[in-house]
Amino acid sequence: MAFQICINLLVALMWMFLGESYSMSGFVTGYIVGIVLLFLLRRFLKGPFYLRRVYKIVSLLLIFIKELILSNFEITKLVYAKRLDINPGIFTMETELETDWEITLLAVLITLTPGTVTLAISPDKKEMYIHAMDIIDMKEAVHSIKDSFEKHIMEVTR
Amino acid sequence: MIQKTIDIILDILVILFLIGGTFSMFTASVGVLRFPDIYTRLHAASKGSTLGVASILIGACIFHYTEYGIISGKLILGVLFIMLTAPVASHLISRAAHLRGAKPYGTLKDQYQEAIDKEKRRQKQQQKSK
Repeated sequence: MAFQICINLLVALMWMFLGESYSMSGFVTGYIVGIVLLFLLRRFLKGPFYLRRVYKIVSLLLIFIKELILSNFEITKLVYAKRLDINPGIFTMETELETDWEITLLAVLITLTPGTVTLAISPDKKEMYIHAMDIIDMKEAVHSIKDSFEKHIMEVTR
Repeated sequence: MIQKTIDIILDILVILFLIGGTFSMFTASVGVLRFPDIYTRLHAASKGSTLGVASILIGACIFHYTEYGIISGKLILGVLFIMLTAPVASHLISRAAHLRGAKPYGTLKDQYQEAIDKEKRRQKQQQKSK
């Protein structure tokens, strides 16, 4: 991936110098040309095309934003409710992710999902302790969400 | 004419982002006052303020673009960093509170405490067997 980005930057710089347009627009044009070249020559390069990974990262970011907005609606409903009708509790959840970076991402995502906050991670990094607003129906929801999140995170990091 | 309509639409967008952000921050602060214990308060504080700050920054970014013609990268980076760091801060606060011994509201379940107790018991047994 790093190699492909380097080549892309190099193509952009070459384009800039050959066109003698030392500006942002020249660089951007060169970069786009570089992307097209890399896409056409992707057979000869190691690893998958790197824009695919960029696309995955952007989609993960969009999921972040969506979850954030949904959870804000949930919180708003709870805050302005007449009576506080919640059953908070802390439950454990196993995770298959391994590296620190992946676990951090998953913890952040779970914090941003409606009604859950990650409390802590067990010392062997296999379990997460999650505080939920409504523990009874939240548990199933989180377990179903977790699978899709883990898949997305793995696609980004591996 | 078209330029004018675009300006009006962008202005309305700025207004919506700013009002939305302020409302979300206000909700977060009311939530901090209303909720019963530190963990539920953190729910309000972490989510509300994240979205609030993010949307105010986005509104400011659009405003800078329409008014001065600058695309301010700083503001967009600010949104990214807020979204990455606010949840981490809430983990740290809640974990510190738990280690200090703050009891969660409600009597349902506290599996984190159970895990800590189990670990402590295991260590004690190890010491005894030595």
